[in-house]
Amino acid sequence: MRAAIAAVEADPDISVALVSKVYPMRSHTVSAEGGAAGVAREDDSLEMHGFDTVKGSDFLGDQDVIQYFVEHAPKELTRLEHWGCPWSRNEDGSVATRAFGGMSTKRTWYAADKVGFHMLHSLFQHSLRFDRIVRYDEQFVTKLIVDGGQVRGVTALDIREGVVRCILGRAVVLCTGGAGKIFPFTTNGNIKTGDGMALAYRSGVPLKDMEFVQYHPTGLPGTGILITEATRGEGGHVKNKDGERFLVTRDYGVGKKAELGPRDMISRAIVQEIEAGRGIDSQYGQYALLDLTHLGEEKIDSRLPMVRELCKIYAGVDPVYEPIPIRPVVHYMMGGVDVDIDGKANGVSGLFAAGETACVSLNGANRLGSNSLTECLVFGARSGLSAVNFAKGASAGDDAALAKVGEAEQGRIDALRGKQGGGETLAGIRGDMQKAMESGCGVYREEATMQQTVRDIAELEGRYANLSLEDSSKVFNTEIVAALELENMLDCARAVSNSAASRNESRGAHTRRDATARDDVNFLYHTLCHFDPAGPRLDKKDVTLGRWEPEERKY
Amino acid sequence: MAETLVKKFVVTRFDPDKDEAPRTESYEVPCHPDWKVLDALNHIKDEIDGSLAHRWSCRMSVCGSCGMNVNGQPTLTCKKAVSDLPDTVEVTPLANFPVVRDLVVELDGFMEKLKSVKPWIIRAKEKAVEEGPMRQSQAELEEFKQFSMCINCMLCYAACPVVANEPEFLGPAAIALGHRYSVDSRDEGAAERNEIFRGEGTVFACSYANECSEVCPKHVDPAAAVNQAKFNAVIDWAAGLVLPRGGKE
Repeated sequence: MRAAIAAVEADPDISVALVSKVYPMRSHTVSAEGGAAGVAREDDSLEMHGFDTVKGSDFLGDQDVIQYFVEHAPKELTRLEHWGCPWSRNEDGSVATRAFGGMSTKRTWYAADKVGFHMLHSLFQHSLRFDRIVRYDEQFVTKLIVDGGQVRGVTALDIREGVVRCILGRAVVLCTGGAGKIFPFTTNGNIKTGDGMALAYRSGVPLKDMEFVQYHPTGLPGTGILITEATRGEGGHVKNKDGERFLVTRDYGVGKKAELGPRDMISRAIVQEIEAGRGIDSQYGQYALLDLTHLGEEKIDSRLPMVRELCKIYAGVDPVYEPIPIRPVVHYMMGGVDVDIDGKANGVSGLFAAGETACVSLNGANRLGSNSLTECLVFGARSGLSAVNFAKGASAGDDAALAKVGEAEQGRIDALRGKQGGGETLAGIRGDMQKAMESGCGVYREEATMQQTVRDIAELEGRYANLSLEDSSKVFNTEIVAALELENMLDCARAVSNSAASRNESRGAHTRRDATARDDVNFLYHTLCHFDPAGPRLDKKDVTLGRWEPEERKY
Repeated sequence: MAETLVKKFVVTRFDPDKDEAPRTESYEVPCHPDWKVLDALNHIKDEIDGSLAHRWSCRMSVCGSCGMNVNGQPTLTCKKAVSDLPDTVEVTPLANFPVVRDLVVELDGFMEKLKSVKPWIIRAKEKAVEEGPMRQSQAELEEFKQFSMCINCMLCYAACPVVANEPEFLGPAAIALGHRYSVDSRDEGAAERNEIFRGEGTVFACSYANECSEVCPKHVDPAAAVNQAKFNAVIDWAAGLVLPRGGKE
C-alpha cells in the first residue's frame, strides 16, 4: 500500500494495480499490536537506533540498509501522522513513544496496542483518494510473468469467478508478508502462506536467510494469538511457575534489560525454564506467565486495551487480576526475497519486494520488535519509487505472447480444481508439514532433526502430487486457493529447512544445540536458496558491514 | 483433547452455478469447549466437506473477515464461543448483502460507499514532512478515536433496518469513518463531508434504530457518529444561510 502511494505520487502519468487475495484492509498487518520504531526523543539518536538494530540482528544485518532505515524511519512515521494515523500522545500533544525489546530508549511510536490496525487502515483509507491506484480485490496471483529475464506482470485467479487473468505492468512490487502458516503454532493469520516468496523463488530469485524464523516470546497457548511486547515495554514481568522473574534472577544473556531483552533470547529463556520443569502444565503444552497485574487497570486500559480483550476472549483470563499464560510462538520471517537497498530483486529485472516478503537485510538473524512496521513504510516507499523509475525506462512486452502465459495458467487451475487424485488431503499434508517444521526448525535445532525435516518436506512435495480435492465450483472456491497456498508454503518450508540445515552455528534466532557458538569465521554470510527442480540449491552472499564490527552479543 | 461438545451446525449453502436458491446443510461437529464458531466451520471445511466457502484470517477479532449471521445475530465467528450457543447453531451469510457463495457476501458496494465519504485527511495545504508531526491533545484524540476503531466487518450493515430496505443507504460504518475524519483536529474537510452527508441516502436516512451500535464488536458506536454527523451537517447548512461560506466560493 505504501509502495502504491509512493508510486502514484512520484509520477502523475502512471497507474498502479493493487492486487490482493483479500480486501486490502484484511491484510495481516492489521494484527500487529505494539508499535513502530523511529527516533523521536532528544535522548535518542540515529546512531543508537542503528547500533541497536545491528546488535539485535546478531551482526547479520547489512549496515548500509540499517543506516538508510533509521534515517527515514522518523520521516515515514511523521508522514503517516499527517495522513491521519491516531498515534497516542504525550501531555503536550507530541507523539508518545514506548520502550521495546532490544531498543536502548523509548523510540516506539504507538496507537494504544492496535498499531498495525491503525497503520493499515490509515494507509488504506489514504490510498482511496488516488484514482490511479486501481484495486483488484480477491485476486490470487498464481505466477509472475517473466519474459527474457524481465517481469511483465502477473497472472491472477479471480477468486469470485474462477477465471485467470493477466495483469500486465512494467514493474511488479511484491508485498505479501510472511509465511508463518508453515508452522503449527503461529501468531500469523490464515492468509500468511508465503505467496510472494514462492512466486519470486519459482521465477529464479533466491530466497535469503530463510533459516531465521522469529519466535515471539509471548503467544497465548492453544491459539498462538499474539500478546504484544508492549506489555513488557509498559513494565510487565515474565515469570515461571514459582513466580520467579527468571530473566532477572538467572543468566539468559539479557543482562539488565531483563524483560526488554531481544525476542530470540527471551524465547530461549522461556523454553529452558519449561525444560527445567519450571513451566505450568496445560492441555496446550507447558507455558510460562506474563504478569501485568502490578500495572493496574487504568494503565492496562489506556495502553493495552486489546491485550485485555484478547486475554478475556481467547484465554479466559483478565490480566488486570491474573497473569497471562504465554509460550514462544512463530511470529516473523527474517528471511525472504533477496532484494537490494532499492527493493530490487536479485535476478529478475522489474521485480521488487518490500516488507516481510522481502529480505533487504535490515533484520539479519533476529528482528527487533517494532522495526518491521516501520520497515513496511520505509522500504515500501523506496521500492515503489524504484519500480516507477524502472517502469519509465522499460519497454512493453509482446501482449499476445504474454496472454499465452495466462491461458496456460488457466489450464493448470482448471486441472487442479476439484481434482480426483491419490487421496491425499489438504489438511493432512498441511498438518504434516507444520509438524515437521516445528520438529526441525523450532527455537532450538540440531543436525538430525533438521535433516529429518528436510527429508519430510521433500516427501510432502511428492504427496502433494496425489492431492484430492472436493470442490469443483468456479465460484469462490476457497479449496483451490488453499491448494495453491499449500504449494507456496511447501516451497517456503523447503527453503527454511534446507537453509537451516546448512548453517552450522548459532546466530540470532537460529540456535543449535550441537553448535552453540556464533562462528564469524565460517558463517558471517547471508544464505541464498535458489529454486531447482532437483531440490533447493544453496549459495552465499557477503554481509555489508560498516562502522560496527561484529562483537559478542551480550546485553 | 478435553471433553467435546457435539453441536449441530446448520449452514447455508449456495453455489450460483448449481443451486437455484440457497439451501442448508447440517453437520454434526465435535467441538472442543474452547472453540469459537469459526473453529467449527474450519473443522467442517478440513474434515467433513471441503467445498464449504467462508472467509477468515486473523482469528483474533481484528481483520474483520469472518462476519456471518449466527442464530440470526450478526456475529464475528472468531469471537463467538460455541459453548455460549445452543445445541443447534444456524450459520447464514451476513444479512443485507448479495451472496457470492455459501457464507461469502459481496463487499464491493461498501468499498464504494467508504470511498464516497472521503475517509482521509483533507487540508487546504498539505504539511511537509520536515515540519514534523502535528500536535494533538488527548481531548482532540478522544473526539475521533472511537470511530477510528471500525474494522469494516459489516455486522452493522447486516443489523441495520434501513440498509435492509434501502441497500443504497450509505450505512453505519461508512458514515462513522467519514465523521471520524471530520472531527479529527488535523483535518479541514468537514465542510466537504457535510455536503455529502446532506445528500440523499446518507445520515438523514437513518431511523435511529441503534442496532448498529449494539452489534458492533469493537464498540465503535456508529449510531453516535451518525447523530453527530447529522447535527454537524445541519449546523453547517444553517450557518451557510446567515454567513458567507468562507473560502467555498
